[in-house]
Amino acid sequence: MTTANLEIDKKQKERSKIHKLLRRFKNSWQLYLFLLPALTFFIIFHYLPMYGVQIAFKDFYATEGIWGSPWIGFDHFTRFFDSYYFWRLLTNTLLLNLYQLALFPLPIILALAVNELRNGAFKKWVQTITYAPHFISVVVIVGMIVAFLDTITGLANHMITSLGGESVPFLTSPEWFRHIFVWSDVWQTLGWGSIIYLAALAGINPELHEAAKIDGATRMQRIRYINIPGILPTVVVLFILSLGNFMAVGFEKVLLLQNNLNSSTSDVIQTFVYESGLLEGQYSFASAIGLFDSMINIILLITVNQIAKKTSDNSLW
Amino acid sequence: MMRVSLSDKAFDIVNKIFLLIVTAVILYPLIFVVSASISDPGAVSSGRMWLWPVDITLEGYRKVFENSDIWIGYRNTILYTLLGTLIHLLVLIPCAYALSRREVMGKKIILWFIIFTMFFNGGLIPTYLVVKSLGMVDTIWSVIVPNAVGAWSILVARTFFQQNIPEQLVEAAKMDGGSDFYIFRKVVLPLAGPIIAVMALFHGVSLWNQYFNALIYISDQNLYPLQLFLREILVINEIDMNTQEAGQMESFVEQVKTAGLIKYAVIIVSALPLLIIYPFLQRFFVKGVLIGSVKE
Repeated sequence: MTTANLEIDKKQKERSKIHKLLRRFKNSWQLYLFLLPALTFFIIFHYLPMYGVQIAFKDFYATEGIWGSPWIGFDHFTRFFDSYYFWRLLTNTLLLNLYQLALFPLPIILALAVNELRNGAFKKWVQTITYAPHFISVVVIVGMIVAFLDTITGLANHMITSLGGESVPFLTSPEWFRHIFVWSDVWQTLGWGSIIYLAALAGINPELHEAAKIDGATRMQRIRYINIPGILPTVVVLFILSLGNFMAVGFEKVLLLQNNLNSSTSDVIQTFVYESGLLEGQYSFASAIGLFDSMINIILLITVNQIAKKTSDNSLW
Repeated sequence: MMRVSLSDKAFDIVNKIFLLIVTAVILYPLIFVVSASISDPGAVSSGRMWLWPVDITLEGYRKVFENSDIWIGYRNTILYTLLGTLIHLLVLIPCAYALSRREVMGKKIILWFIIFTMFFNGGLIPTYLVVKSLGMVDTIWSVIVPNAVGAWSILVARTFFQQNIPEQLVEAAKMDGGSDFYIFRKVVLPLAGPIIAVMALFHGVSLWNQYFNALIYISDQNLYPLQLFLREILVINEIDMNTQEAGQMESFVEQVKTAGLIKYAVIIVSALPLLIIYPFLQRFFVKGVLIGSVKE
């Protein structure tokens, strides 16, 4: 065979490959049509904003638009890093989220406990009641917190004063903000968060438990050596996922719980983005801060995923 | 053998007590709100009412029903929830189904294109600018369209289709010359009931409960969803009172009382639809979480 023949052969092969692809497309073009609305949505409401995030490096004028506004490099970032509130915002954001992360094991404990119950009315009751707060809106949750913790009329202070204590201005005290935020979240999400672990527990091979029983293992031992290792993969994946939005956790609730008097601990990066961007109209500056926030987030996610990959076999990718 | 069963019995008792306490702690605020909504506001604010209703009155509910804002909010929220859920399903279900089909080319790339949005986004301001430039500000679209569908729901629904639509059934329908539209309508949709229910419930609840989109995009009070009115009644008023000077003490106390009264009734009224459907639909919600937990 000559080289010319080979060339022709190659071209023909390529052509038939393209032909095949086209035929495949033609055979199922309607399926691509199914994808169209969702893809359009993601392009407009996710990828267009990602493109628009370039205003973080620009001096944005509404009249000039995103494209027409002049580049100014990292000015907004340096202004943010140099500002007096930078460290306060960063510390507040990190502390609030670390606090919340530290309570990550609570739903696991609940799931382990519920899993030990025999199927019956009590188990059903526990589940129904603990899941319920999940369906309450953030506004109502904060409304309840505000009502319960009111200095004069709130239930918490009635209890404190009836026990002989002094009433505490919970809502306006910076030192109380984090506790209120995090523990109200535990109240709301504890039960719902346990569902996924209960499912993982249900997936554990019952023969393991039978064998352990024959060997005389107590229930505590079986939890320790069978159940906990059994759900560990789920735990790791969920832990990584929860880091996926580490920096943004609960921002809508922070915004509602925030007031002038507790702002020294309740000012977090996201609320600052909202205030400086949407209330004060500093679009570029606020975008820069938002971008800084998501960069930290993504670095965190990649790092933790990498660590999980190295130390165990469980990771997101 | 005896010792083991004894320690297991002790474990059982401790475990049950532990769960009883947890459940009681979670249940208590809920009971309190219900009781407070039908109790005399004086008894509530003085701490006389702490568990069961005291001096029962429906004054709070009467005031809530007289409040036209609540009705406007209710109407809007129902509209946003129904329309938003419909849009959600129209975008989600076909996409998730297509992504579950083997013959779709570039599936992997498309999936990554979607999953990427779970971990990175343009942020609040660029998103706001996009919504604004689309002319959606101060229209109902700003509340329902920007969050129409999320990566997570697509992954969950796709997993459902992969597991629940038998390959042979689709193949057979294709052999008979059925188009994908036809197959979707006649084969897939009849089997998709559970996932449609689950997704509609999840999205419906989140639409019913969301306030932030409306806060940033809606300034026309006639378009306020219920949650924004609730925010005014439950959250903002209280903060004002906290910072108020204790000048006119009497009227202040009176104000606090009425605010307290409406407060609990309004919480119940706003959460009523969810509270009613929740016990019946609990298993659907749980199912949703479970399908979502299946890892690729």
